[in-house]
Amino acid sequence: MAASVRLQLTPDVRYVLRIADTCLVHAQRLAEWCGHAPVLEEDIALANLGLDLLGQARALLAHAARLEAGGHDEDALAFLRDERDYFNVTLAELPLRRGGADFADTQLRCLIVAAWLLPLWQGLANSCDRELAAIAGKAEKETRYHLEHATDWVVRLGDGSEESTRRMRAAVGRAAPYVAELFDDDAVDAAAAATKLGPPASALRKAWLAAVQPVFADAQLTLPANTAFRSHGKRGVHSEHMGFLLAEMQHLQRAFPGGVW
Amino acid sequence: MSASLVVEDRVAQAWRVLDGVLDPEVPALSVVDLGIVREVAEAPDGGLDIALTPTYSGCPATEVIESDIRCAIEAAGLGPVRITQRLAPAWSSDWISAKGKRKLAAYGIAPPGCRSDEVSAVRVMAHKVACPRCASLHTERLSLFGSTACKSTYRCLDCREPFEYFKPI
Repeated sequence: MAASVRLQLTPDVRYVLRIADTCLVHAQRLAEWCGHAPVLEEDIALANLGLDLLGQARALLAHAARLEAGGHDEDALAFLRDERDYFNVTLAELPLRRGGADFADTQLRCLIVAAWLLPLWQGLANSCDRELAAIAGKAEKETRYHLEHATDWVVRLGDGSEESTRRMRAAVGRAAPYVAELFDDDAVDAAAAATKLGPPASALRKAWLAAVQPVFADAQLTLPANTAFRSHGKRGVHSEHMGFLLAEMQHLQRAFPGGVW
Repeated sequence: MSASLVVEDRVAQAWRVLDGVLDPEVPALSVVDLGIVREVAEAPDGGLDIALTPTYSGCPATEVIESDIRCAIEAAGLGPVRITQRLAPAWSSDWISAKGKRKLAAYGIAPPGCRSDEVSAVRVMAHKVACPRCASLHTERLSLFGSTACKSTYRCLDCREPFEYFKPI
């Protein structure tokens, strides 16, 4: 088994890894649909979304590796960290095909994440870090498509048949406790805002609401009120699902160290 | 020595060679038609520098394209070549040449609309796409995504044929 890498985690590296890992883990969950989606077109669409997110994650991980300057590459960062060293938001790692989750959870997740990434990419376009700004400039165009696609489905399911409405409402209930984390600031956000590396998480809330509220209205859904519960994936404290996800995602690189194709 | 003999310079030759390197996923287009070759220049050390801008972050063809370009340039005796990725400004479908758009249509892929018309709307795809076979505007979208990252899936309601639409981005 390949040994895990340990990183020198400066606030800058943490900030980039939060975005990179959210894209990476969201892509991994979407890839689980490959060959299983309800219709062929959607199977292809979910794989395409995952591919875009994986490409964004790859660029960000390569950049995080340069910032960290510990001699690791993007593959080492993607596959050879321990669970506590992944900094994705918890929402991204929750199951999409198991544990009661279904296609409604999948499209809702895509909507929530795309509506969060879009203002993040836009904010990063003004980053003092030119490489980060370039990655964001490219990703923003892709995320627009993701947002449109998820919007269509959330409305279609939420304002659809009795069964689809029931399921979409249940999905909203499952996702809701994990949304607050998307906008919680801490020292990493404060440092990023101070150095103009990128926007703090709290700055994304307004644009996120502006994108999500009309979709929820069209879909006959209500945005749940904030709860006291807080998830902390961004700080490396994950749900019980993360270990299983990593076991699957890392298996090949751990079993065949350095394997390429 | 004939004065009429004009020797094409190395950079111009390289552009000509690059116009023969096809996109592996949309082989109707060369990498030049696609607009991903941003710069070709001779370096002081005698190498040839080529800057490429990838179309999509996750496009799996990016690495194949790099290797195809390397092979083509070296086979034409124009190497050694150094290829760099240039991310900014981000690639746009507006960079596909007019010749490229004609080739796409002839190949059966509806060419992308002008992005600037659509960029303001969240609903980036909400406009009419002409069928590349019968030119009817009576078409409908089957899926925003398709067989490659750069295409959506449509069908024509007149000639009843399915077709792909190159996404404006």
